[in-house]
Amino acid sequence: MSKAPILQVQSITKAFGGIMALNNVSFDVFEGEILGIIGPNGSGKTTIVNCITGFIKKTSGHVLFRGKDISKKPAHKIADMGITRTFQIMRPYYSLPAYKNLVIPLFSPRARRTGGWRGGGRLGDRNTVGIDILEEIGFERDSYVPYKAAATLPTGYLKRLELARCLALKPDVIIGDEIFSGLSMSEIASMVPLIERLQMDGITIIMIEHRLRELFRVANRVMVLNFGEKLMEGRPAEVMADKRVKEAYFGSQEVEEVMTHA
Amino acid sequence: MIKDQRRKERIDRGIKVRSDGIYAMMSWRELTYLVIPRLVLIIGMLILPLVLPGMYWQRVITITCIYALLAISFDFLAHFVGLVCLGGAFFVGTGGYLTAILNTSLGLPPLLTIPLATLLGASLCTLLLLPCLPLRGVFFAIVSLMYPLFAMRVIEALDILGGTDGIIGIDSFANRWVEQYMVIGITLLFLFGVRRLVNMDIGLVFRGVKDNDQAIRASGMNITIFKAIAVFIAAAMGCMSGACLVHIYMWSGISQFALDFSILPIAATVIGGGGTLVGPLIGCLILVPISELLRDFGTLRIVFYSLILVGFIVFRSEGVMVYGQRKYHQFERWTRI
Ligand SMILES: Nc1ncnc2c1ncn2[C@@H]1O[C@H](COP(=O)(O)OP(=O)(O)OP(=O)(O)O)[C@@H](O)[C@H]1O
Ligand SMILES: [Mg+2]
Repeated sequence: MSKAPILQVQSITKAFGGIMALNNVSFDVFEGEILGIIGPNGSGKTTIVNCITGFIKKTSGHVLFRGKDISKKPAHKIADMGITRTFQIMRPYYSLPAYKNLVIPLFSPRARRTGGWRGGGRLGDRNTVGIDILEEIGFERDSYVPYKAAATLPTGYLKRLELARCLALKPDVIIGDEIFSGLSMSEIASMVPLIERLQMDGITIIMIEHRLRELFRVANRVMVLNFGEKLMEGRPAEVMADKRVKEAYFGSQEVEEVMTHA
Repeated sequence: MIKDQRRKERIDRGIKVRSDGIYAMMSWRELTYLVIPRLVLIIGMLILPLVLPGMYWQRVITITCIYALLAISFDFLAHFVGLVCLGGAFFVGTGGYLTAILNTSLGLPPLLTIPLATLLGASLCTLLLLPCLPLRGVFFAIVSLMYPLFAMRVIEALDILGGTDGIIGIDSFANRWVEQYMVIGITLLFLFGVRRLVNMDIGLVFRGVKDNDQAIRASGMNITIFKAIAVFIAAAMGCMSGACLVHIYMWSGISQFALDFSILPIAATVIGGGGTLVGPLIGCLILVPISELLRDFGTLRIVFYSLILVGFIVFRSEGVMVYGQRKYHQFERWTRI
């Protein structure tokens, strides 16, 4: 983990009418780390993803990427710079087969510049590169799964497809909005090594999660949001031990478990 | 089986499965299965001028093709890019007037005016529609419907471009065979071209813009640029049909901005089956001849298109081509639930 912050979020505030979804939230993300963001429902996690990636306009505040202000840039420019995201509500291109879903991001200017995944297809066929990426992300190449229409894929594969869409751009940063939710324990167990491998490839990862136990195993640092405000940030062990976090999650079965078993 | 305990099951015919992808090269049977429908369409279109009696019906064929170009362009934008464009007449009028100017002022022959008017017109239409591209769904539909009406009133009020009289004295095609085969050729070319386009990589991006534009943005692509490219392609088809129309009638006037050019292609698309691209052509082959027979009713014909549209939508008909393709590719059987 190197020391330079790749992303600097500086006092972002977002108000939806009267609702303060985010109130003066600041944090740094360091190159190559996995930062977890947790918080109860409605605490502003998705909103912060939308603010960083330019999908909604911030009321105030700045986001710096490698020291450059990207606050005013439109979403497609930010993605083009290498900050990609997944969506909490997955909407793949349902009518297309899984690998054709990747032809679309591979058509983007960034994918053309960077030459696809791992130098694969600057001039190559996008279909082949798409299948390569799917294999990287855990689709069995020789099975029929990559060729099935996205509409017929189970949740586990759709989550992987969301990640694959990010990988097609050879991103510097991936922001995953609840990649683990809706997955079974064993599915998550098979996703964890994948995330760790992406980190080893030098990708900085921000993970928004509700599944605290699994998140704490992979995250280097964790930030806690509550009612749109930053409650604390620190190493997983520190966060687990913090009383305020327990209070914020009061009543949540899982947290009780994580806290006591840790 | 008892009626409410069964449901219809649709299964791809074996030959359909066998002729997907490169496996079609395996035998003559598979090849024939693939080629026959296309061949029937192409040969059918090409012999129409030869078998139709008299000048009148041959002219109807040319007009059918001109509407078909518009209908294919509507189908492309609506079903593959997600832009419901009611401005077909705007494309026709722009292409038409440009052709008229190029022909009468600069003296260019049809062989040059048509491609020039197509490119210039498509650029102009795309530029003018650019501010509306971020609009979604019904808002884009309404605004695009305003464009031809606006152009018509401007020409009328300012008395430019010949005002209500239009521009006359435009060259016709060399003879009626050139006219017919040119228009039929252009239509077939665009039909197969657009079909090819929507299955290419950029075509998948277009479909992505329709299905999930957020994911397109998250992939680092500017939606507006892709919408603009698509509008350019659709406008080119519209402008080309306008250019041909002007050379056929040897006259260009504000009636080229008339609602017919916006509405009939939509009715044809609905009848023929949206999203198939061939469907709109079939729809025009059905609708335009009927519409010509009803010419005495004048603008009242819009009512007739509207009734057909309403009928098809109320009865949720899938359109001729969707039905046809299903019967061709699949068989049905009842199964117990
Ligand atoms: N488009 C919007 N318009 C109005 N209010 C919104 C909008 N989006 C989010 N909010 C509000 O902002 C607050 C934060 O929402 P957000 O979706 O960021 O929460 P979250 O932490 O992602 O929740 P979850 O864990 O359920 O995904 C909520 O109170 C929500 O109702
Ligand atoms: Mg959320």
